Amino acid sequence: MSGHQTDRPLLQVSNLCVEFRTRDGIARVLDEVSLELQPGQTLGIVGESGCGKSMTALSIMRLIPSPPGQITAGEVRLAGEDLLRFDEQRMRDIRGKDISMIFQEPMTSLNPVFTVGDQIAESLRLHEGLSDKEAAARAVKMLKAVGIPEPQARAREYPHQLSGGMRQRVMIAIALACGPKVIIADEPTTALDVTVQAQIFDLLRDLKERTSTAIILITHDMGAIAEMTDRVTVMYAGRVVEEGPVEAILDAPKHPYTQGLIACVPQLDPNPTAERPPLEEIPGVVPALTRLGKGCAFAPRCKYAFERCDQEAPRRVSVDADHRAACWLLEEGTSA
Amino acid sequence: MSDTSSTRDLLLRIEDLKVHFGGKSWMPGKVSKVVHAVDGVSFEVERGKTFGIVGESGSGKTTTALATVRLAPVTEGRVFLDDLEVSALKGEALRLARKRFQIIFQDPFSSLNPRIRAGQTVREPLDLMEVGAESEREGLVQELFAQVGLRPEQRALFPHQFSGGQRQRIGLARAIATRPELVVCDEPVSALDVAIQAQILNLMRRLQDELGLTYLFISHDLGVVQYICDEIAVMYLGQIVEQADRVSLFVRPQHPYTKALLSAVPSARPGKRAANQAQRIRLEGDPPSPINLPKGCRFAGRCPLAEARCHETPPELKVIETGHKVACHLV
Ligand SMILES: Nc1ncnc2c1ncn2[C@@H]1O[C@H](COP(=O)(O)OP(=O)(O)OP(=O)(O)O)[C@@H](O)[C@H]1O
Ligand SMILES: Nc1ncnc2c1ncn2[C@@H]1O[C@H](COP(=O)(O)OP(=O)(O)OP(=O)(O)O)[C@@H](O)[C@H]1O
Ligand code: SF4
Ligand SMILES: [Mg+2]
Ligand SMILES: [Mg+2]
Repeated sequence: MSGHQTDRPLLQVSNLCVEFRTRDGIARVLDEVSLELQPGQTLGIVGESGCGKSMTALSIMRLIPSPPGQITAGEVRLAGEDLLRFDEQRMRDIRGKDISMIFQEPMTSLNPVFTVGDQIAESLRLHEGLSDKEAAARAVKMLKAVGIPEPQARAREYPHQLSGGMRQRVMIAIALACGPKVIIADEPTTALDVTVQAQIFDLLRDLKERTSTAIILITHDMGAIAEMTDRVTVMYAGRVVEEGPVEAILDAPKHPYTQGLIACVPQLDPNPTAERPPLEEIPGVVPALTRLGKGCAFAPRCKYAFERCDQEAPRRVSVDADHRAACWLLEEGTSA
Repeated sequence: MSDTSSTRDLLLRIEDLKVHFGGKSWMPGKVSKVVHAVDGVSFEVERGKTFGIVGESGSGKTTTALATVRLAPVTEGRVFLDDLEVSALKGEALRLARKRFQIIFQDPFSSLNPRIRAGQTVREPLDLMEVGAESEREGLVQELFAQVGLRPEQRALFPHQFSGGQRQRIGLARAIATRPELVVCDEPVSALDVAIQAQILNLMRRLQDELGLTYLFISHDLGVVQYICDEIAVMYLGQIVEQADRVSLFVRPQHPYTKALLSAVPSARPGKRAANQAQRIRLEGDPPSPINLPKGCRFAGRCPLAEARCHETPPELKVIETGHKVACHLV
């Protein structure tokens, strides 16, 4: 990929639409999803289960199972080039080299019959054309870089011999091996203890500072968002309902869904009192994507919903420089 | 809240509970490896209150929960519900006592039988325990459905026709069907989305008020534990390292592991992240294996404050102020 242009985002997803054919009809799993990522930036994607966070990641990687899924519209530009126009061969070069992915459950994405050293080396042989010996040596270096003690010995072990936290480090080592421009981490610490999560976050932060790799962090944990990200995209039912700088999203969210999502989490309070008011609730559940009406997808659960919300879907509007949300309240001039 | 145990109405008492797995071998003279899953745990739970257990993965939380309701073998120690020694019960006596304590699990899907309708799932314990006359039971099931926020006509549906949150509601309805005194909850909201988690946590608190339930509540989410629990024990490698009421534990944590644990939780205020990261106590490495236990303090290998004596002698769980216990040589 060629020359840097300063104001062009490293990764730019525009109006991406993905549909799945299901027994109940067509499910629009992603509906005009847009996002931007600058080098060295961390973008968080939050939202309830089934809102399309992983689908967004898989679409960027062109890993949507097809059929039944299909990218029906939009662009995914990496340094200006639209990945959706690449053939599979070229995509294979991109995956793991320019963009790599870290999944929630390292056990299912690591191969149980190869040593962890081999699995890191594999990617290096494939993308960088290193010899077996060079690749093996680099693999050990990578294990060291992600903080695995005795990397030489560990490289010869199999995934089941490692703890959950170490396996996730190996996944990160594989993701980093070829120095990608973008790392997509899909719930990388959900299965781990908080003490281990803190280690993994330290590692990712350190990496970002040293190499200006850009990170997309998918999570449902607002704490992880606050800790790690610069910008946040909030998704609901396959749509981006709000996006902006992390401070604005967490401290002054504009969309009723974002507000609800933040208020319903029992946040750890360093100075709790004896009082315990009930948690805020978002009533109901995420709707089936095959049965979305023409209005705002959040309307059935929204405490502010009014007539217009059922009839017409709100567009994303700017509420501040760099901060957008899609809610009729913001266009009507009243604030939620 | 009262302080002396004589005036506290204790529903559950656990005395020096040990659950060890393995150890016996079919080869004469050979002993296989022993997993010290729970290794000398004692605590008491007041009636109508919620007692929480937190701790690292593999520290023995689930095993403690299972042993309490006799779903894991008790190697040593005793479990009392009021004056009833649950750990000594056998056969029919144990079956009948089960009416008084129930358990709900993390995964509402795998804990429900896929071929049994929701109504039948909730009714089953009523039939087994012969609660009420047979003719009344369908009415009881309807009431239970209403109580957990499900519609009566949903009794006819199968588990796959419910969302995760609804399945956990079925689990709760089933657990409270026999009007138990104690409900043991092993990570009851860990598999749920935050929005659904809030609905279930509020429901659990409402049911506690309405029915006077006592909960033994296990979770690795410290925010959830702080919200729902009155008293909390922190476990590390099969033992309680600190125990206190919810205000003391979070305001004045004493054990180095508790401190590290609390400091590792990210704050949801982005403005505080730099301060948060600066104050964080970073733990190195992994917990030792529950098979080859260290001879001193089990946390010594990862403790930033460990001294020579920590590696030699295990610290005892000592009362440092009313209702606050810590197992650390330095406290
Ligand atoms: N093979 C498929 N056929 C039809 N719909 C699918 C298929 N795979 C996924 N979906 C739907 O796509 C939607 C988005 O799923 P996605 O995995 O992106 O959610 P998510 O936000 O990552 O959720 P989670 O937090 O649970 O990981 C969901 O509603 C899901 O039901
Ligand atoms: N049936 C069993 N046989 C042998 N070892 C077991 C058995 N059940 C649990 N263990 C071991 O006992 C220890 C405690 O396990 P337990 O499931 O109680 O931990 P936990 O605190 O609930 O962890 P998590 O947070 O991961 O659920 C672990 O080392 C586990 O591997
Ligand atoms: S558009 Fe209407 S329904 Fe949608 S979030 Fe805004 S107020 Fe609620
Ligand atoms: Mg996902
Ligand atoms: Mg457990």
